[in-house]
Amino acid sequence: MDTVLFIVFAAVAVACAVNLILQKHPISSALSLVGVMGSLAVLYLLLGAEFMAVTQIVVYAGAVMVLFVFVIMLLNTGQETGGGKSWFAQVAGLPLLLAFIALMGLLICGPLMPRLRAVQFGSWHGGTARAIGRAIFTDYLLPFEVTSVLVLIAILGAVVLARKEID
Amino acid sequence: MTPFIIASLIKIALVFAVFMTTLAYLQWIERKVLAHIQSRVGPLRVGPHGLFQPLADVFKLLTKEDLMPSQVNRFFFLLGPFLAVSLALIPIAVVPFGPHITIFGYQTDMQIADLSIGVMFILAATSVGVYGIALGAWASNNKYSLLGSLRSAAQMVSYELPLALAIAAALLLANSLSFREIVDNQGGYLFGFIPRWHVFQMPFPQIFGFVIFLISGFAETNRIPFDLPEAENELVGGYHTEYSSMKFACFFMSEYANMVTTTCVATLLFLGGWQPLFPAPYSNWVPVALFILFALLSLNFAQNPIRKGDKYSFPVITVLMVVLAVLFAVPALQPYITPLFWFCSKVGALLFTFIWVRGTLPRFRYDQLMRFAWSFLFPLAMLNMLVTALFVALFPGKGR
Repeated sequence: MDTVLFIVFAAVAVACAVNLILQKHPISSALSLVGVMGSLAVLYLLLGAEFMAVTQIVVYAGAVMVLFVFVIMLLNTGQETGGGKSWFAQVAGLPLLLAFIALMGLLICGPLMPRLRAVQFGSWHGGTARAIGRAIFTDYLLPFEVTSVLVLIAILGAVVLARKEID
Repeated sequence: MTPFIIASLIKIALVFAVFMTTLAYLQWIERKVLAHIQSRVGPLRVGPHGLFQPLADVFKLLTKEDLMPSQVNRFFFLLGPFLAVSLALIPIAVVPFGPHITIFGYQTDMQIADLSIGVMFILAATSVGVYGIALGAWASNNKYSLLGSLRSAAQMVSYELPLALAIAAALLLANSLSFREIVDNQGGYLFGFIPRWHVFQMPFPQIFGFVIFLISGFAETNRIPFDLPEAENELVGGYHTEYSSMKFACFFMSEYANMVTTTCVATLLFLGGWQPLFPAPYSNWVPVALFILFALLSLNFAQNPIRKGDKYSFPVITVLMVVLAVLFAVPALQPYITPLFWFCSKVGALLFTFIWVRGTLPRFRYDQLMRFAWSFLFPLAMLNMLVTALFVALFPGKGR
């Protein structure tokens, strides 16, 4: 059952990711990205990270992507007009992609493989809200706080950039 | 495993049937209540007191011509209402209606699924629900629809913040994300008579949180006074201008489903779910007393009929009330239906408030709506959560 669900949602994630690139219209691409995030959330859920799964939906699909879609609609951008690709991308794109996939495959199957154990569905129980809260506020307190300062800086930067010039 | 699947299927069928009927009749109740607020009679033609009006509406919507405007993005035009209604119907799956019960020796919850992250699940479903409105309106290639959906998306994203903060404050008291544990945490009484619901619970009563949640709930469900997305005097029909027939009904249904979900969550988080208002020895007889009171009242109205039909309609209500009172008086049934009574009466009271507000308040202006969210409601919700956190840290209760 777990394996079947994994295969289905992994396939959906990959299909959505490919669709994201292939679609000409920004809204279709944005929605494909929502599809990727949704299926990733299901994969998290299968691995036992239930809190991560729902947070993924709330934050990425529910907040970030809604803003993306919102901006696309507000700008009312039309279909992407083709022909914008450079000759380098047209000639070397596919070979480079294949080389990249081969390199990744080699890396994962070669040096990394012996150290990774096979994933057992349902064997891990550290994904509850309680466990994650404890981890964030004890073991990973410094990275968590530093990240929050980083986000604050980003917000301030956005405010400064978006501010109207007042003479 | 098999009994679990069978029990789940039965529960899903039951909840679905009751939920759909509630949605249909909620609309009848809303029209009736609004009519009486405005000194009208409301639906009256189909069935006694217009009771079969929802049925007639469904037939009307099913048989209307399904229009598809030219130049629309066909796929997204169909996806919009589908997403809106399916994401609005999903959250009811994690709402518990009653305690853990035993039926014919089989132990089960009065709930479809008890998720350990139930609260987050509902937040996720509602936050993704924006797509239905946004996509449908964008795809219909109409500037009024687009304006409506932009307003809706901005409003839902803005009001989600105070909503989530109000929920977070209640969760601090409950110390759990599972609805069942949250409600169990609200059992018992302070000083023996004040129920330990989160609105009253020490160390910091969530009365502000409850009001913030309710106000944000109005905005999240696009109800008056926050119904800017479908302001008919500015935007024709708002985001569903171009929709007709069942596709329009999908949007309509999703609005009512969201309303029911919001009131259910408010009941579970702040009003103690199925926990009774009075200590158990008395509260089990409250429904009986109430139904007998209603029976006597309607008998009195039947004796002195104001309208022509009253002589026949009120005795029927009397009989109905007596039957209900007898059902609630049977000790064998009490553990099953008394919690349901408390849950339904709390949800019903909140739903009535929603309708009442619609009949009372005018619509906000758009800048007022945004300023209210960002410069009043959000800081207030933040303050409420900080103070709650401080009190919870100062007076750690049980299990913390």
